[in-house]
Amino acid sequence: MGDPAKIWSYLTTEPLWWLSCTIVIYLAADQVSKRVGRHALANPVLMAVCVMAVVLWMTETPYWRYFEGAQFIHFLLGPATVALAIPLYSNRSTIRRLVLPMVAALVAGSAAAAVSAVGLSVAFGLPEQVVVSISPKSTTAPVAIGISDALGGITSLTAVLVILTGVIGAVIVTPLMNGLRIRDWRARGFAVGVAAHGIGTARAFQVNEVAGAFAGIGMALNALVTSVLVPFVLGLFL
Amino acid sequence: MLNAIALLFVLQLVGEVSARSMGLPVPGPVIGFALLASLLTVRPDVLLKIEGTARTILAHLSLLFVPAGVGVVANIDVLADNWLPITAVLVLSTVFAMLVSVYTFLYVERLAGAQEGAQDG
Repeated sequence: MGDPAKIWSYLTTEPLWWLSCTIVIYLAADQVSKRVGRHALANPVLMAVCVMAVVLWMTETPYWRYFEGAQFIHFLLGPATVALAIPLYSNRSTIRRLVLPMVAALVAGSAAAAVSAVGLSVAFGLPEQVVVSISPKSTTAPVAIGISDALGGITSLTAVLVILTGVIGAVIVTPLMNGLRIRDWRARGFAVGVAAHGIGTARAFQVNEVAGAFAGIGMALNALVTSVLVPFVLGLFL
Repeated sequence: MLNAIALLFVLQLVGEVSARSMGLPVPGPVIGFALLASLLTVRPDVLLKIEGTARTILAHLSLLFVPAGVGVVANIDVLADNWLPITAVLVLSTVFAMLVSVYTFLYVERLAGAQEGAQDG
C-alpha cells in the first residue's frame, strides 16, 4: 500500500502546493500594488514573478515541476482570450464610431511593434531563434506562444519576453503619455493595449475605466493582426 | 457559471481544431474570440449568461501571466548572455509602438472629426 499512496500524495500535493503559492503570492503582490496607490513601478505581475522565481531558486525547484501546478492558471489564458469578445461587444457602438482611428492605430502600432522588434534584434546580432521568439512580443501570451511555436521560436522564452514587454509598457505608459500631454483616454488605452497586451490593459484599468476598455479592444484586435503580420515581417529580415 | 465556462472552453476548442485542420496561421483562442464576437452579434441574449463569469476571469487577467513569467528561471542562460540587447529591443520597440499607435489614433480621429464637422457645417 505504501508506494501507491506515496505516488498519490505526490501527485495531489505537489501541483496543489505550487498552484496555491502562485495565487497567494499574486494576491499579496496585488495588495502591495493597491497600498502604494497603483504606482507604475509596483506592477503586480513583476513583483509576483520575482518573488516566485526567488522561491523556486531557494528550494532548487526546476521550472517544469513548478509548472505542473501553475499550468492550471496558465491554461486559463486561452478561455480568457475568448472572453475578450465580451468587452469588445459591450463597446461596439463606440468602436463603430471610432472605427477609422482604431483600425489605423492598430495596423500602424502592430507593424511598428513587429518591425522594430525584429529589425533591432537583427541589428543587435541576437541569435536567430531569439529573434523569432521576440517577434510576437506585443501580442497577448497565448497568441504569441502559438506564433512562436509555429515559426520555430522557443516558446517559454517568448512567454518571458511577452511578460517583460507587458511590464515595460505598463510601467512606462503613464509617465510617457503624461509627459507628452496626451489626455485622450481612448487613444492612451488603445495604444498600450496594442503595444503591451494584457499587462498594459490591466494597468490601463487601474488608471482609467475608459482607457481600460480601449486597451482591451486594442489587445484583442492586435492578436488577430500580429498572427498575420509577424510571419511576413520575419520573412523580410531573416 | 458552468454555462459560461463550457461556452468559453468549447469555443476555444473549436478554434484549436479549425486552426489545426485548416492550417490557419491564427492561434485557436483568437479564432474562439472571433467566434464569440460573431455569436454575440447573432444571439445578444447569450451575453447575460456568460458576462459575470467572463468579467471575473478578465478582472484577474494579471494573475494568468505569472506562471509564464516565472519561465524566466528556465531561460536564465539565454537571457543572461543577451540581457543588454534584449532589454534595449524590448524598451525601444514597446515605446516606439505606443507612440506610433497613440499618434496615429489622434491624427486619424482629428481627420475624421474635421470631415464630419465640414459636412455638418
